Amino acid sequence: MRSLTARRAPQPAGIRRDPAPTRWSYRYQRLMLTPAFRALVRIGLPVLLIVFIATAWITNEANRAMLTAQIAALKAAVQDRPEFLVTGMEIDGADPYLTDAINEAVQLTFPLSSFDLDLAALRDTVARFGAVRDVVVRVQPGGTLSIAVDQRVPVAVWRYGEELRLIDAEGVITGLIQNRGDMAALPLIAGDGAKDAIDEALALFAATGPVRPRVRGLVRMGERRWDMILDRAQRILLPTQDPLAALDRVIALHEAEDLLERDVLVVDMRNAARPTMRLSEPAVAILRRAADNQ
Amino acid sequence: MQRGVIAILDVGTSKIACLVLRFDGPERFTTVDGVGPMAGQSSFRVIGAATTRSRGVRFGEVDAMAETERAIRTAVQSAQKMAKVRVDHVIACLSGARPRSYGLDGEVDVHGAVVTDQDIGRVLAACDVPDYGAGREVLHAQPVNFALDHRSGMADPRGQTGARLTTDMHLLTVDASAIENLLYCIKRCDLELAGLASSAYVSGISALVEDEQELGAACIDMGGGATGISVFIRKHMIYADSVRMGGDHVTSDISMGLQVPLATAERIKTLHGGIMATGMDDREMIEIGGTTGDWELDRRTASRAELIGIMRPRVEEILEEVRLRLDAAGFEHLPSQKIVLTGGGSQIPGLDALASKILGQQVRLGRPLRVQGLPQAATGPAFAAAVGLTLFAAHPQDEWWDFEIPAERHAGRSFKRAVKWFKDNW
Repeated sequence: MRSLTARRAPQPAGIRRDPAPTRWSYRYQRLMLTPAFRALVRIGLPVLLIVFIATAWITNEANRAMLTAQIAALKAAVQDRPEFLVTGMEIDGADPYLTDAINEAVQLTFPLSSFDLDLAALRDTVARFGAVRDVVVRVQPGGTLSIAVDQRVPVAVWRYGEELRLIDAEGVITGLIQNRGDMAALPLIAGDGAKDAIDEALALFAATGPVRPRVRGLVRMGERRWDMILDRAQRILLPTQDPLAALDRVIALHEAEDLLERDVLVVDMRNAARPTMRLSEPAVAILRRAADNQ
Repeated sequence: MQRGVIAILDVGTSKIACLVLRFDGPERFTTVDGVGPMAGQSSFRVIGAATTRSRGVRFGEVDAMAETERAIRTAVQSAQKMAKVRVDHVIACLSGARPRSYGLDGEVDVHGAVVTDQDIGRVLAACDVPDYGAGREVLHAQPVNFALDHRSGMADPRGQTGARLTTDMHLLTVDASAIENLLYCIKRCDLELAGLASSAYVSGISALVEDEQELGAACIDMGGGATGISVFIRKHMIYADSVRMGGDHVTSDISMGLQVPLATAERIKTLHGGIMATGMDDREMIEIGGTTGDWELDRRTASRAELIGIMRPRVEEILEEVRLRLDAAGFEHLPSQKIVLTGGGSQIPGLDALASKILGQQVRLGRPLRVQGLPQAATGPAFAAAVGLTLFAAHPQDEWWDFEIPAERHAGRSFKRAVKWFKDNW
């Protein structure tokens, strides 16, 4: 039995079916083989589509609000993790007064996230204190805010008008005191420009030797030379040049002759070639009488 | 041609071949002492190749425009698809269009002491153009020889001293209408024609080896509808012609002789065809086949001797015609009379034996040169013209001599010269 439906006529032998493309399919293929057009189709169109959809979505107010809320929530979720939490603050290298002052100035409420800490600003705040030479602020592992302070050590008391200021070896004011007795161990200096010559003053103080208990302080005269004040209102006027040598001469004289135990008001060493002494009036009178008696 | 992609289009009567070439810039195989530049074929690569059955072409000329356009479109599209790149420029060759060769000569006095580009330009311009008739176009115009005073046979006289420069030029003209039709078809395919060549010439480039081109040889490109003849000597084509007969005529003879359709005749020709009959062929029966449904008709057989008896006279006729053309061109005066048979028609078994009887003893079958990236299917003799066209594209050795057009011939030049003078002096 044979089916009556038409079967496709077999291909004539030797002829390969090779249909010509239509004009439009030919042109379409050529267009698709153009590199620029291919790039446009493969990259340009998807990008355009994505940008279009994203723009359409973001122009909606509710979507935008939702997006910002989502971002904020995500950010908070990361920042509030216990790994990033700062629970306390410790201040190293500062005396109790400075510690109190820093605590006062920093004003942080713990716990807080380390992302919320502005360490640079914190460092500036602390470094603004006069008594702080340098400060290192960091969050230590374990969630502690560490403020390592390099505090300035006062080496002298500087009387400036009515105030008593503490200054360190670099001449920087580190604080104020009410009474001289608060820092009785520190030497006292006074006068304009005294803090600029603090090195010299300290050297002079160190050289006083046996007279040390009697020294009341150093006064800078005319911002160029020192007067050493002893008790009983005695003064040693030191020269501008090489005051240490002059002081040594006075001390030597004192050790040999007990110079400063005598009734001398002023020892003037300003002219090294001609040291001068001023005696008190009773002493002058006694001296004159003794001369008359001879 | 330095860089880029170009298509090669061989518009033949039986098939249309399209090759897509990619030029990779400067040649990787540079010229060294004793080794030539390999005719430029190292600088490109075939990245796409396609052939299609030709439609609408007869005798190597466009016969039905729309059909030809469609066939070109098919070939170009599949070649582009294989190459994965779009081509905009195409170099085409055509086999028919009644080519006619002319030998010209020109003679000028050399300006100055040595021959310059200007002198070459002038001597080429001095060639008296023959009256090749209305409706014909110049396809190739190549200087084949230069002579300086008494010295002849120079390939490039530039820089040499002499007083009188003469040149011999080979001019090939074809029917203008055939070119116009082909141009129109290519333009309809959104392609731009970058060059046009005679297929006889380009098959000669690819099928003749270098010493054959140098010593003198003829290339017989046996195509479907036309058989191209090109004669080479000293690496220049000196004569080209075409016989308006080819393999398609053999096929139609078989079709008529055996009473079969053309497609069947073509199949029988390619599978069983031959030229030299032997006793064995009487006993070898060929199933002719058919699809008419008539048993008697569909079960016919023919002996191979019959087939050879049909084919041989036609092939003989073609070769006799070729012989006539070669005699007319004075081929017997060449120092070497090598004949190279190529083209799809040259694949008939026994053709070389027949051809050596008709054309002379020095006959060989030629296959095109191998070029990079050419598919195996396109390396046969049928692709001699296509491969030659790729060589032609890589190494144009034609009227594009790099000389400048003589100043008196070209008005636009004077402005350029003024600019050049300005540049040189400032």
